[in-house]
Amino acid sequence: MPQHKVVPEKLTLFQRICHSIFPGKLRPVIDREGYRRFFNTLILHFRPRRVPERTLRFTLTWGLGGMAVVLVSLLIGTGVLLKFVYEPFPGQAYESILYLQRHVLFGQLIRNIHHWSGNGLIIVAFLHFLRVFFTNAFHSPRQFNWIIGLGLFFIVLCSNLTGYLMPWDQLAFWAVTICTGMLEYIPAAGPWLQKLLRGGPEVGPATLSNFYAIHTAFLPALLIILMPFHFWRIRKAGGLVIPRTPAEDAETGGESVETMPNLILREVVVALVLFAFILVFSMLFNAPLESQANPGLSPNPTKAPWYFVGIQEMLMHFHPLFAFLIIPVLIIVALLSLPYIDYQSHTAGVWFTSFKGRRTALIAALAATIATPLGILADEYIIDFGAWMHGVPASISNGLIPFTLVLTAIAGFYILIKRRYSLTNNEAIQAIFVLFLTAFLILTVTGIWFRGPGMRLIWPL
Amino acid sequence: MSKPPKQHCNDQSEEGSSRRSFLNKLWIGVGVVAVIEFVGIVTAFLRPRKTKAKAGDFGTIIEAGPVEKIPLDSVTAFVRGRFYLARLEDGGFLALSRKCTHLGCTVPWVSREKKFICPCHSSAFDIRGEVISPPAPRALDIYHVFIENNIVKVETGRRIKRTEFRAEHVTYPKKKIDGATG
Repeated sequence: MPQHKVVPEKLTLFQRICHSIFPGKLRPVIDREGYRRFFNTLILHFRPRRVPERTLRFTLTWGLGGMAVVLVSLLIGTGVLLKFVYEPFPGQAYESILYLQRHVLFGQLIRNIHHWSGNGLIIVAFLHFLRVFFTNAFHSPRQFNWIIGLGLFFIVLCSNLTGYLMPWDQLAFWAVTICTGMLEYIPAAGPWLQKLLRGGPEVGPATLSNFYAIHTAFLPALLIILMPFHFWRIRKAGGLVIPRTPAEDAETGGESVETMPNLILREVVVALVLFAFILVFSMLFNAPLESQANPGLSPNPTKAPWYFVGIQEMLMHFHPLFAFLIIPVLIIVALLSLPYIDYQSHTAGVWFTSFKGRRTALIAALAATIATPLGILADEYIIDFGAWMHGVPASISNGLIPFTLVLTAIAGFYILIKRRYSLTNNEAIQAIFVLFLTAFLILTVTGIWFRGPGMRLIWPL
Repeated sequence: MSKPPKQHCNDQSEEGSSRRSFLNKLWIGVGVVAVIEFVGIVTAFLRPRKTKAKAGDFGTIIEAGPVEKIPLDSVTAFVRGRFYLARLEDGGFLALSRKCTHLGCTVPWVSREKKFICPCHSSAFDIRGEVISPPAPRALDIYHVFIENNIVKVETGRRIKRTEFRAEHVTYPKKKIDGATG
């Protein structure tokens, strides 16, 4: 490559300014090589110079991690714009949203992009979580990054929930009333925590200002700190997990290629396609806005935001102590301890663990698809432990007994499938994960589409 | 601060290390105290703020009206006071919170079915606030009702939680006046 000696007197003003910003030792930055080196050093802070070619396969990552980053940037950009118009007080919040939509140039579009990016981020982050699980990319040395990822997902959920209240319409008010109402069932600290979060006994002005601060300062700051940590751990782990078929050995790394342009170009393509998709989607579909919040009138039915509807549906079947506290806490503990279990076989990089793993995952999905709706129907129309066991506290008749029944069924399934197919614990744990995942998805779908007025079961068509 | 020479350390390793570990513990202790103070200040800072309630608003004593104006076996909503005044068939009064004990939705009185039915998770309560159907875990909260000069008054400043309906929750007029419902 040609090396130019920089002679300051010979540079134009523009070149001198450029040089002062990017002081290259030998050459002015404005030739092609210089740009390249500049981008290499800037972008590759998080990236190795070269990456294994096989990790570039789209079917390994589906570009989901990158999509999450794009959505976060979109959210920060549009969020800052919204902050200029929005007024976080119960009297003005709704009015300011109306003003935004009617009188601000592209106001509705900016709000739509923010709304759909926020919802999209949950889906993308959830799919990313599934991808990492099913490619077994949480084993050593990626164990702790799994934990960070769960933390990030929790922040994304909290951001969505706190943002949900901002428009101060009926939808927002009652969804947040329900969600913060669940806190009351945490023993000892619950009522205190609820009061702290709401800033009083009920959802009101203090809740809005609390949520506003959490949504626009606290959570974004946490996100911006944790995200680079997440990426840095990927690099520390030597890049992404290398995909392979169950038959292949783990050690076949294969060719490696230059990060720039091979990886960067692919990421830019995914980013642009997603951006275009969000833009078109936001032009076609408006973010929902109902009438202004009225604390005296709960709409019928009142539902939590869709990502919490699975939990709300569980509330229909279990005592709140179990639906809101014990079951979620058990699931969270299980997810956190997942990478630290002593596994029998080394499966990093294999989709669905093994050939047997694929089959048993499918069986688990089918079992849950049949059992969950049957369970919901039975609990709705036949089972009524509360009435059958009169005088027994509700936490036992509606909580402990159905919980024990479900737990026994799951344990039975685990033992059965493990014996029948002589599975390793990798495969058996995956089957249980699929069982829970499918059940949760069915609960969510039921809550969103199959619950009508009075939260009675309905047929959606 | 420059590090002490290695030689010096080795000479008095016993004494030096115990002093160092003492200082380390001291630092950790001070750090823990600082964290506790920090958490304490933040929670105190975030403590729910108090708001002034005007007469007739939630949080004050609300006059519901003269005893004889309220019909037997009826439920009257007080929107600003955020409660229902229920009068039982035997003439007793109960002030019921409008918040469902399940997750805090506002329960409307469905007079056709003589029930409070929560729109959120279809809990139902009878006129006394007693749970008819779950998921609500306990009876509707109540407020203290008292009768002064034949005027029914409700103290909305303090919500009373209860697990189930009991007879002492009901307030009766001191002496029954004939034709009270007239």
